[in-house]
Amino acid sequence: MKTVARLVAPVDSRDHIRGPKDAPVTIVEYGDFECAYSGQAHYALQRLSTDMPMFRLVYRHFPLTQIRPNALAAALAAEAAAAQGAFWEMHDLLFEHQDSLEPESLIAYAQVLGLDVEQFIVDLTSDASAANVREDFVSGLRSGVNGTPTFYINSERYDGSDEYDALKAAIEEAAKSRTRNVTKAKNIITRGESGAQF
Amino acid sequence: MSLKPRTLLPAGSQAPNFSLRDGPDSYASLSDYADSVVVLLFYTADFHSVCIRQLVVFNEALPEFHRLGAQVLGVSQDAIWSHIAFSNHFNMHFPLLSDYHPRGKVASAYGVPVTDGESARAAFIIDTNQQIIWSHLSPPGIALAPGLPLTALEKLLR
Repeated sequence: MKTVARLVAPVDSRDHIRGPKDAPVTIVEYGDFECAYSGQAHYALQRLSTDMPMFRLVYRHFPLTQIRPNALAAALAAEAAAAQGAFWEMHDLLFEHQDSLEPESLIAYAQVLGLDVEQFIVDLTSDASAANVREDFVSGLRSGVNGTPTFYINSERYDGSDEYDALKAAIEEAAKSRTRNVTKAKNIITRGESGAQF
Repeated sequence: MSLKPRTLLPAGSQAPNFSLRDGPDSYASLSDYADSVVVLLFYTADFHSVCIRQLVVFNEALPEFHRLGAQVLGVSQDAIWSHIAFSNHFNMHFPLLSDYHPRGKVASAYGVPVTDGESARAAFIIDTNQQIIWSHLSPPGIALAPGLPLTALEKLLR
């Protein structure tokens, strides 16, 4: 029996989204800035976004606070940067400096990005940022996150390898499958072709 | 035990009791947890990459289980000494029981497939009457998501 875990929380306006709006493939990542596997996947995804711009990436927080002391603070820092429109800039910096995620470093990254540091600190410790991280964690649990990172490709959990080649093949397959479905839908609309009985 | 069940014990079955080492000098029985719903989590091995992935997420989700009044118990065929090392290393907050001697006896009693002395990944929800009310077997190589028993618990306890 194959059980397919599906994303239960659709991508919405609260999400952090990078890539073309009309991309046929959406990857939703539940990640942890302090997790080495999430870090490796970050580099694979960066290469993929330049090599095949047919997907958009949505990043959601799934900090494993019980094993990583700075995971939660890093997630909050990304939310605080997001409040100043710099989520992805902070996201990249955090993954590029996974070994330095203690509070002083997080503040230094805000400075590097030219953010209002006082405001950044306020937002980092705000209830709103905590609520956003918590909301992601809960939606991840409900969607069947089983480790970090966990990816959903067009809403279906991806259980394959996080390496470049495997992800590339999965994105291509999702794009093809999407094209087939769109063509089918168009045929149904334009020519009334449907096997469905109404 | 005369016959080993070949498939996972389904909902409605009586949960086999057990007494397994959970520490150097202590044993845990299902009946010790008679006051709460138990999520019994069979996994392949301490330090197995897929199990690490799975168990650290269960550990993180532990408050969600506790909120629903459920206790999580992990079971593998590792010796208790391995469990202690694993538990310390990953800051685990739920007991890990050692189905070590005779190896895999409890996994087999629950119908969890055992290969080369290691069990598949499976989860059971056991109510306070020691009845299994939900069970799930994860496909080989796939970490069992805590969301599966959590969602099931929410539905069952509603």
